[in-house]
Amino acid sequence: MSGTALDPKTAPLFPIAAKIAMGDAQMRKNVRHATDVIQTKRARVVAEMPDWQQLREAGRQIRQHTMENLDFYLEEFERNCTRAGGVVHWARDAEEARRIVVELAKASGSDEVIKIKSMTTEEIQLNQALEAAGVHAVETDLAELIIQLGEDRPSHIVVPALHKNRQEIREIFQRKMNLPELGDRPDDLADAARMYLREKFLRVKTGVSGANFLIAETGGVCIVESEGNGRMCLTLPETLITLAGIDKVVPRYQDLEVLLQLLPRSATGERMNPYNSIWTGVDVKDGPRTFHVVLMDNARTEILADEESRQTLNCIRCAACQNACPVYRQTGGHAYGSVYAGPIGAILTPQLQEMHYAQSLPYASSLCGACYEVCPVKINIPEVLIHLRNKVVKQNTAGVAGLFDVEATAMKAMAMIFRSEKRFRAAQRLGRIAESPLTGKDGWIGWLPGMLGGWTQARDLKEMPKETFRDWWEKRGKNGN
Amino acid sequence: MATETVANSARTEILRRIRAAKGGDSSAASAEAGWAAIERKYKRVSSRSREDVLELLEERLRDYDAQVMRVRLDDIATTVARMMSERGVQRVVVPAGLKMEWLPSGFEFVFYSEDADRRNGDSGGDALTAAELDGMDGVMTGATVAIAETGTVVLQNTAGQGRRAVTLVPDYHLCVVQVKDVVETVPEAMERLKGSATLATTFVSGPSATADIEMTRIKGVHGPRFLDVILAG
Repeated sequence: MSGTALDPKTAPLFPIAAKIAMGDAQMRKNVRHATDVIQTKRARVVAEMPDWQQLREAGRQIRQHTMENLDFYLEEFERNCTRAGGVVHWARDAEEARRIVVELAKASGSDEVIKIKSMTTEEIQLNQALEAAGVHAVETDLAELIIQLGEDRPSHIVVPALHKNRQEIREIFQRKMNLPELGDRPDDLADAARMYLREKFLRVKTGVSGANFLIAETGGVCIVESEGNGRMCLTLPETLITLAGIDKVVPRYQDLEVLLQLLPRSATGERMNPYNSIWTGVDVKDGPRTFHVVLMDNARTEILADEESRQTLNCIRCAACQNACPVYRQTGGHAYGSVYAGPIGAILTPQLQEMHYAQSLPYASSLCGACYEVCPVKINIPEVLIHLRNKVVKQNTAGVAGLFDVEATAMKAMAMIFRSEKRFRAAQRLGRIAESPLTGKDGWIGWLPGMLGGWTQARDLKEMPKETFRDWWEKRGKNGN
Repeated sequence: MATETVANSARTEILRRIRAAKGGDSSAASAEAGWAAIERKYKRVSSRSREDVLELLEERLRDYDAQVMRVRLDDIATTVARMMSERGVQRVVVPAGLKMEWLPSGFEFVFYSEDADRRNGDSGGDALTAAELDGMDGVMTGATVAIAETGTVVLQNTAGQGRRAVTLVPDYHLCVVQVKDVVETVPEAMERLKGSATLATTFVSGPSATADIEMTRIKGVHGPRFLDVILAG
């Protein structure tokens, strides 16, 4: 299974992966259907809220304020969580986080853990690390279970199996749960998952989760979910291990009044998701007796250090941008080579890789702005995309490499041409002569040779007009005729 | 400091990175001032009449597949009997502290006390293991707050609501909400919950559900598949 994990370090470039994904007609149909349904639901429940824009603005300000005071709020969370009986750990990177969670899971005495869907654990490929240490992780969210049993990979932040339809899911369950008679109605499939997991919920003594919000003021943790599998993992085991990015902290309990309105409506198009759990440390009469929180950096401080892209950290993982994105809706999630796909993935993934990998992702966008419009905390994703493109170019042309960079050389040549009227006129004449054999009868150019081919790979080019504006202007005569 | 552990050094390093990234420390005073300056122009108080708020709660609960009955306080027990009969429910777990006058005769109520709590595999005590809860037909509780706008009942680990597993494992949940505990908006609910923020808290909005298969909403995966609400007062 580890061989199929989405890893930006080994993933192919986005255009190559996207081209392959575009050939999978069934997957594209499934993604289109699912994202259409969520978008319609979201639009309906957002329209119910006359104060939606005010909520978004408050959400943006809360998140921005948190990042500006992140050290203070993390320390406050640690203090309050510890006082309430929780144990707080810190992890600089994915490797350290995996090591801590694996050690805690083994120390709890279990060779099996039940898991709540968590993108952060996907980000660090925790299941593979647990597996390698002899601890089997059982995914309990329906979609994650489909992914795990199907030896597949998540393709969406909120609905990770949305690329699969009911027939495909039935086939996986029939095979893996040994239910040859299973039907393909969604109710049948959900029932099968209920039966399959109930025994594990009642038996397994260690739970692993992510977190939606860490509340600095109280030391509490909040998780939102739909199925009740989360509540099972949070309340029935004896040990609970929660892994959270340092960006998940919120200042005060009251701030949930904003975030718990924005998140469900944006994520699943519900006024409130069926279950929100909030717990604080350990309560001897309710839930696990041992509670660990692992606060993980894993390049989040790198993002914090870049003022122009810091807003990336404001994300609350609702995936509304994925559903709205014309690129994601065509390619699905796997083409992004990361568990974070779509517009947010295009800015988050390369930054989590400190711009060493996934450099093609900031280009996986038409900059149409649909993502910005639906973002519940107003992250200006197009702005960050452009900033990151700039970073990629600068990085790749720094030092000696820049001297041999074709794009940079071409840009310099363009600058030289634009500086002189004579050179500009000559270039236009030359262009018209050069393009004539390439121009189709309809006046469009569909193919350009060599380096220029990059332009026509994804779009056609109109032929140059027979007469330039300058030529026309000069021919008009003095009185404007 | 020479004996600083690996764990401590991760903490020190992350906090150092954060401060370097922002160009300085944050203090309680700067956090306090910054937080107070956050613009909160969204709706924070009710704009509807009391009757409209209650009607909205009923409508929103029904919209997410819960059954709702609106009754006078005196009629709770008879309504409980009616709803449980309709659901074919007989053995019901009840957290200690629920009002006795809400319980009708003719059903088996299994009282559960927080103080006698015991876990899977332990023995003794009057409480219920998860496996025993799994054998119950249902659970009946009160609620701390209900939010009309979102169709939500909020449960906390207090008298008459019990620990979280009690309202999770049985397949049927009957929740009695008193009219005085109903608010219109999420901010009003958070304001009421603020004083007991550290209690284990669960927001329940309709029965357990999923939309993971082709975005079709399916009622009931792991939590109770059936939710009935009695709105009383």
